[in-house]
Order: sequence, then structure tokens, then C-alpha cells
Amino acid sequence: MIRLEHVSKTYRTSTRPALDDVTLQIEEGEFVFLVGSSGSGKSTFLRLLLREEQPTHGTVRVAGKELGKLSNWKVPALRRSIGCVFQDFRLLPNKTVFQNVAFALEVIGKPQHVVDTVVPEVLELVGLEGKALRMPHELSGGEQQRVAVARAFVNRPALLIADEPTGNLDPGTSVGIMKLLDRINRTGTTVIMATHDAAIVDSMRRRVVELDDGRVVRDQARGVYGSGS
Amino acid sequence: MRAQFVFSEIGIGLRRNLTMTIAVIVTVAISLALFGSGLLIRKQVETMKSFWYDKVEVSLYLCGEGSAEPTCSGSPISDPERQELLADLEATPEVEQVFYESQAMAFEVFQEQFKDSPDLVENVTAEALPESFRVKLRDPTQFGAVAVAFQNRPGVAEVQDQKALLEGFFNFLNKLQLLALIIAGVQVLAALLLISNTIRVAAFSRRRETGIMRLVGASNLYIQLPFLLEGVLAGLVGAGLAAGALVAVQAVLIEGQLRPNLPSVAFIGWDDVLTTLPWLFLTGMVLAGLSSFVTLRRHLRV
Repeated sequence: MIRLEHVSKTYRTSTRPALDDVTLQIEEGEFVFLVGSSGSGKSTFLRLLLREEQPTHGTVRVAGKELGKLSNWKVPALRRSIGCVFQDFRLLPNKTVFQNVAFALEVIGKPQHVVDTVVPEVLELVGLEGKALRMPHELSGGEQQRVAVARAFVNRPALLIADEPTGNLDPGTSVGIMKLLDRINRTGTTVIMATHDAAIVDSMRRRVVELDDGRVVRDQARGVYGSGS
Repeated sequence: MRAQFVFSEIGIGLRRNLTMTIAVIVTVAISLALFGSGLLIRKQVETMKSFWYDKVEVSLYLCGEGSAEPTCSGSPISDPERQELLADLEATPEVEQVFYESQAMAFEVFQEQFKDSPDLVENVTAEALPESFRVKLRDPTQFGAVAVAFQNRPGVAEVQDQKALLEGFFNFLNKLQLLALIIAGVQVLAALLLISNTIRVAAFSRRRETGIMRLVGASNLYIQLPFLLEGVLAGLVGAGLAAGALVAVQAVLIEGQLRPNLPSVAFIGWDDVLTTLPWLFLTGMVLAGLSSFVTLRRHLRV
């Protein structure tokens, strides 16, 4: 469902390419870890999928649609079919947990009665049933990330992107988040996760794509973090 | 799109930026009030110009019942005198065209010009108004020659050059109107810049929310609409204030002071003011909307 063909991306202010001739294919329902040191191109890869950036060369296809040919007003529709989770949670600080998750439904125009049904369901899914009325600053890091996952998942997207979701969390909490992402993946959602977290990658043994200086150096089916031996 | 959501976002935005919003409203109000004043001055000039002002140069008022001028000898102009006068006028080489205005016609014109002073109109009858010959000259500067020729003629009560009478005053009013429009123009520029700045600051301070809205897949219109409506709303409130100011001036100055104290002058009335008000609102909304829209395109990443 995701296909990159000879994709290169060089930012305007730099000489070195962020991504260099990347060709990659990810099928529906896969769980892919994107690993590599800082600056290897992981975030750029994810931004291309969201069409936050466009490649300098090559084509990016998501769910059969070529992103380069997508007109600007169709981009919001693309982003509705992709859920995202970030290292810094990106919750709205002045809204409750419920309102934060409901936001994803409200901005696409879902009526109130739909919101009132769906949001509690998804809060239960992530294990935050009793905390619907809390404010983000009253929650722990792990709980905030769960809210973010709930918001990403509430529209039942086909693809879920996570950019270092466990970056600000302790190992124990990280495992909890990973279990959540795993459950989401089992419902059929494709999950792509960029991460530094070696322990997580090693324990889950999924497909690992390693980037180094913008190039794909490893693409392993049941891989580990380091170039395994 | 959920209306309630959009309106609550607008409310939050306006309150957050209250001082700047007030600045926008005041600037818009001043510029629109001046713009409206310019329009009303133009209407006043039109009202003060009688029906004949632009059409003829010389007005010969004929003797009527009870005219006291020496050339009248206490009696109205007779039919033969009138015919002879008309013939002589038409024969005069400087004269291009002669119009006759009967007392009845004069009364109609009077009613139209002073329609906003019903008290005055009630107290005047057609008989009180003189009949007149209105003369259009080939060369307007020849007024002197024509006046001298017909001034002392029996049956002619008075020869008037209305342009000389009122031209100075109209020049003054026109200059006033120009001044009002120039200041209005400067204020409009200030208002546009202020609106642009307000929107820019608002967009910047809400970049976290708009960023998340973009990631979550909200349409561009949905993200931009609260900002646009904030701008238009401020423009509307400014227009409302300007409208209120013009209405107050009409009520206090024109109806309250000028019309009662200067009964022989035709002033603009409520219908002139009320037909100007919609233009204020339209201009206010369009200016604010355009400025907001252009600013958003440049500063709100979508």
C-alpha cells in the first residue's frame, strides 16, 4: 500500500540529500520499524508519506495514489486516512482528553452523536476509560501518548505512522505503548514506526528497515535493531 | 463542518487578541465614517442644487401676484408681455434655449427639493412661487450681457445668476468631500494593514492548533474560516459604529440644528442617510474579508 520508487529528497538549505534513491514497498497490514541514527532520514521518510514534503526525485505512492500528482485540496483527505503519533505527543493543552480525541472527528465534520459514541470506545481501547475529563498536563507521559494513539486511531485509518513514540517514555511505559500499537496492527492497520529504541525492536521481531545517510542499508523480515549476528 | 465548533474558535480567537481586535474595529469605523461622510456631502451638494442649476445659467423670475419690485407695478405679468418676452429671449444671439417654468411646475420642483422639510412644504403654495424663464446660454460667461438687457423690463421681477450665488459654496463643499475621502483612504490603508497584522499574530499564536488540525486532515477552509470570519466580524462591527456615527450626526446636527434654523436651505434627509448605510457595511465586509484572505494565504501554511 506504500511504494517509494527511487525517491530522493534534498532540503533547500542543505547539500547532502536527506533521502538518497530509496526504493521500498510496504504491504497492507505490515508492521515496519524504521531505524537509523539521527539524521538518517527517518523523519523525512514519514513526512513524505504525509505529504508534508515532496520528493526532489522519484515517486511516492500511498494506497495507490501518487502523492506528487495529488492536488492541494485533496491532501486533507489523504491525511484523514493516516493516523500519526509523535514523540512530543502533540496534544492540545487547553482541551480535555475527550476533547483532544474528539478533535480528530470534529474537524472532519462528524456529528456530535457519533463523537459521543466513538470516543469512549477508543479511550477504552487504549486503557484510559476513567480519564476522559482530565487535562493533558494532569497525565503522565505514557497516558498522554495513549491519548495521542487514541486520537490517531479514532478514525480507523488504514495507516498509522509513529515518529519515535517512545522517545520520551521510560522502558516500562514504552512496552505498554508498543502493545497498543501491536493490537492496532492486528486489526489490519499498517503501522510504520521510526525509532531508536533497540529493546523494543529486538523484542518484537518485525520487519526492520535501516536507513543510513538517506539510503536503505538493510531490509529484514524479522529483524533486530543492530545489524544482527 | 460544525458551526458550533467554528463559532467557538472565533470567540476564543477574538478574546485572545482583544486589544488588536479593538484597534481594527476603531480604525475601520473611522475610515468608514469618513467614507460615508464623503458620500453624504456629495448628496448634500446634489440636494442643494436645484433642478435647474446644472442646466441653465440665467433665471428670469416673472412678476406674480403681490410682487413688490418696481418693474412689476404691483401686478402679475400679462400674457402678451410673457409672449413678447419669450420671443425676445429666443431672438437674443447669446441664448441657446429658453425653458418656461409655470407656478405649478415650480411648486413640483420645490416639493422635490424640500421633501425632507414637510413643515416648509405645507406652508407654501404654488401661488407663492414665481413663474420663470430659464435660459441656457451658448457661452456661459455672457451672463452679464443678457442680464443687463432684460433686467429692467416690465414683468421681469428679477434676473439671477444662480451659479455665481452658489458656486463658491459648492466649491467649498466639494473640497470638504475630497478631504474626507482622502483621509478615509489613508484610514482604509491603515485598517487593511492592521487587519493583516492581527490575522498574522492570531495565526502565529494558534500555530500549534492549526498544525494539529492539518495533521489530522481538516480541510483548508475549515482551518482558515475562523480567522476569516474574525476579520469580517471586526469589519462589520466597525461598519456598525460608523453607521451609528452618521445617524447620530444626521439626527443631532442636521435635523436638530441646521434644518430648523435654516429653513430655506434644502438638506439631506433620512432616506439619503439610510441608502448610504448599506454601502458602509458592504465596503467594511469586503475590505476586511479581502485583507484577511490575502494575509492567510501568505502566513497560514496549509
